Amino acid sequence: MAKLHFSLVAPERELFSGEVDQVDAPGTEGDFGVLAGHAPFMTTLKEGQVTVYDGQARRTFSIHGGFADVTPEGLTILAEHAVEAV
Amino acid sequence: MASLKEMRNRIASVKATQKITKAMQMVAAAKLRRSQEAAESARPYAQRMAAVIANLAAGVSGDGAPKLLAGTGRDDRHLIVVAAADRGLAGGFNSSIVRAARERIASLQAAGKDVKIICVGKKSRDQLRRLYADKIVETFDLSAERHLTLAVAQPIADLITSLYEGGEVDVVTLFYSRYKSVISQIPTAKQLIPAQVDDASGPKIDLKGAVYEYEPSEEAILETLLPRNITVQILSALLENMAGFYASQMSAMDNATRNAGDMINRYTLEYNRSRQAQITKELIEIISGAEAI
Repeated sequence: MAKLHFSLVAPERELFSGEVDQVDAPGTEGDFGVLAGHAPFMTTLKEGQVTVYDGQARRTFSIHGGFADVTPEGLTILAEHAVEAV
Repeated sequence: MASLKEMRNRIASVKATQKITKAMQMVAAAKLRRSQEAAESARPYAQRMAAVIANLAAGVSGDGAPKLLAGTGRDDRHLIVVAAADRGLAGGFNSSIVRAARERIASLQAAGKDVKIICVGKKSRDQLRRLYADKIVETFDLSAERHLTLAVAQPIADLITSLYEGGEVDVVTLFYSRYKSVISQIPTAKQLIPAQVDDASGPKIDLKGAVYEYEPSEEAILETLLPRNITVQILSALLENMAGFYASQMSAMDNATRNAGDMINRYTLEYNRSRQAQITKELIEIISGAEAI
């Protein structure tokens, strides 16, 4: 399966950058999932959880505000606040 | 000629100064590393933000464009935001930022434009109030902030946006020092409003014929993005400033330590010479006294 390039950036630092299978994020108009080859789109985000799936591994980040940008090159989430949930 | 005791005191005092400058240099070096990391890790966010806005702005144009992007259509009233440090003893760091801003202000005034100033950092106010006391709208003192976060930049951005939206200014330019390396910080002017999108913030994204979709709408996203962009730009300028300040302070204090060392050597030499001269003189006095008997 093709991999999706995903990066999660907070103002202070980059929290995640790499190739993954799938990312779920909370859009203001509804949660959405992004796989590789997703059509380009952009949305603002609400408070919630971003889940990153890579094989069996799964990582969750709590974010607050920001937006997501899907391009043919991958998904970029710019979050105002983001921390990795444990 | 100074007495031997005076010279001894002098050497002791220079030595004390040297200890202080040496300590400041080492503190600055330690803080430099941390602030450099902070500045560097904040760059991706600002860059992505700029890329995204450039991308969006290409799609939105004409009358529908938000005012923060398109401007008011005039450039009569300028707001200059001068971001310098809160502390001195950093060589020409603060002065070079202020000088760049002052040149801009002078040229704007010569062109008959109205100028307002916001000072960030105590040193920029100290240096600007002599000339432009009546132009300064507000000063932000960040000396109490230990960590620079979005929350620090927010009030500055809020004031700028409210001045702009209140119709008091047309163009907003931020002056800060771009951190290039430890020995090179470049005073830089960055235009905040209208947002500049033509900068080389990376290659244009090739959509391969697909159409971008926006949720909610293009305008609504830009509407929330542009004010946030101002905050982020200010934060990244402040972080760059911070790194530049410590780099500048470190090299200034390094110079000062070296100068103090030179001074100590010079005074010590002088001290030893006059001590020898005095001993010789005393010997001559004793010998000629003995001969006279």
